[in-house]
Amino acid sequence: MEKIAYRPESLTNTPFTYCPGCMHGVAHRLIAEAIDEQGLINVMAGVAPVGCSVFAYKFFNFDMAQAAHGRAPAVATGMKRARPNMHVFTYQGDGDLAAIGTAEIVHAANRGEHISVFFVNNAIYGMTGGQMAPTTLPNMKTTTSPYGRDTDDIGFPIRVCELLDTLVAPYYIERVSLLSTPDILKAKKAVSKAIQYNKEGRGFTFIEFVSTCPTNWGLDPVKSREWAKENMLPFFKPGIFRDKGEGAE
Amino acid sequence: MAKILMKGNEAIAEAAIRSGCRLYFAYPITPQSELIEYMARMMPKVNGTFLQAESEVSAINMVYGAAGCGKRVMTSSSSPGISLKAEGISYIAGAQLPCVIINVQRGGPGLGDIQPAQGDYFQATKGGGHGDYRLIVLAPSSVQEFADMASEAFDLADKYRTPVMILADGMLGQMMEPVEFKPTLTDEEIEKLGEQHTSWCIHPNQDGDLKHHHEINSLEIDPLVLEQHVINLYKKYAEIEKNEQRHEEYNISDDNEILCVAWGTASRVVKSAINELKAQGKSIGMIRPINVWPYPYEAVAKAIGPKVKKVYVFELNTGQMLDDVKIAVEGKVPVKFWGKVGGVVFTPAEIKEKLEECFKE
Repeated sequence: MEKIAYRPESLTNTPFTYCPGCMHGVAHRLIAEAIDEQGLINVMAGVAPVGCSVFAYKFFNFDMAQAAHGRAPAVATGMKRARPNMHVFTYQGDGDLAAIGTAEIVHAANRGEHISVFFVNNAIYGMTGGQMAPTTLPNMKTTTSPYGRDTDDIGFPIRVCELLDTLVAPYYIERVSLLSTPDILKAKKAVSKAIQYNKEGRGFTFIEFVSTCPTNWGLDPVKSREWAKENMLPFFKPGIFRDKGEGAE
Repeated sequence: MAKILMKGNEAIAEAAIRSGCRLYFAYPITPQSELIEYMARMMPKVNGTFLQAESEVSAINMVYGAAGCGKRVMTSSSSPGISLKAEGISYIAGAQLPCVIINVQRGGPGLGDIQPAQGDYFQATKGGGHGDYRLIVLAPSSVQEFADMASEAFDLADKYRTPVMILADGMLGQMMEPVEFKPTLTDEEIEKLGEQHTSWCIHPNQDGDLKHHHEINSLEIDPLVLEQHVINLYKKYAEIEKNEQRHEEYNISDDNEILCVAWGTASRVVKSAINELKAQGKSIGMIRPINVWPYPYEAVAKAIGPKVKKVYVFELNTGQMLDDVKIAVEGKVPVKFWGKVGGVVFTPAEIKEKLEECFKE
């Protein structure tokens, strides 16, 4: 009998601890599949952030480090420099990467550090219970912007791909959506490309996933995706911002 | 090997490289700039990694990543920068990773100044970061000792899988003295040292190896699991306390009327004053803790001879090691303290005057 659905070898058997409808599991799986497909499981190492995906070190089936909040790109830098023959990635949320870890991500990207960064943007702090994130949309209500994000007071959401695209060194920057099946298939291609570039030692690769948080948005999973399509995608437009490998073959 | 005249900052950098340090991450700060600059020059020559990080915070987290890979790694800074590293040091202690941290202390609090001080004693020996952990802290008092401590610090870090700090100051960093280096480790010896960490560190699976899944982590969300982890750390620290106390005795005898206690740069000034008083026929001894954590409590207590009327603590702060001396003395004799602060270093004449007053009391 042909096996058509299976758990990637790059994921452990530990059950995910994510809420129903959360997209972290999908993002984890895309990364794990790409690592499996490129035969990197024995030379891969990842860095888990602080946030909902803090336990990612239990879920990926190779050596993992758990980093302090926002510091994953620095930790990954230390790992890559110490073990240049390994392939290193970070997995980070929006609070981790775009607030407390802004310096680390900008400078890792600016050095062209040979790591991949997978950035999950759901416009909210999930683990701590739905506070405002640096990517929270204007007027969006969270537990710390209970009257809606007031852009006069606290500014606008940060578009990380656009920000990193101002730097010279990054090799590949793409924003993808996890909001529909076709989008997920497209996201898989981006993840595979990032992992491939990482394998080939091309340089810094960055994938942003536009995602959801049904629990803290107070919407069911289907409505969450609809809301995100209507509200997040116009502000966080999917697309390839940088691909130095394109046409360079 | 011939002695070389070197600044402490350069001597510790050279000694670290000779001790197998091939990864160094740091951020510029005075008065340790010669250290980072020396590493920038020399690391490429040994195929090592020198990386000037975007911040002290990033530098210590790079150390976390590299230490998690089981490699000899170091960072250095001065007081304000060490405060920024405190978060990372706590994580490194929690995740039980070996690394070496150099603090070339300057005056504080806050931005303070850039002159030598000993104001970070509490921070270094009583924690510094959050949570229940200890650092092994070595306190040199000469450029030679500073350099010698590099290999000792790496060995201790490897042995106990714990961060080790060398607590120097701007005087030791900036001053030049003759140094003789220990033999240099070869690349093969460094590789061999790394093998002791294979059972837990991040490294590739070799062909034929059982596949491993190593987690470099300080998170234990289950209180009962974290409780056991902290108890295990505590047991490790108890072992370190038993094995790693180090001190120097200077002019200790049963005739001592005053027992001085001083560490690092301060102890050198006290020694000079003791020499002058000794020439006048006075009997004073000094205990110098070399490792300030674990603290040599018993050695201090034992050094209180039958005629000692007072224990006198001298530091370049407002009285921090003083607390540990009081713990050691257990109220058996009065403990006096005198210090200078703000980057001002006392002179032998000033210490001598204080000790002469003490004789008269």
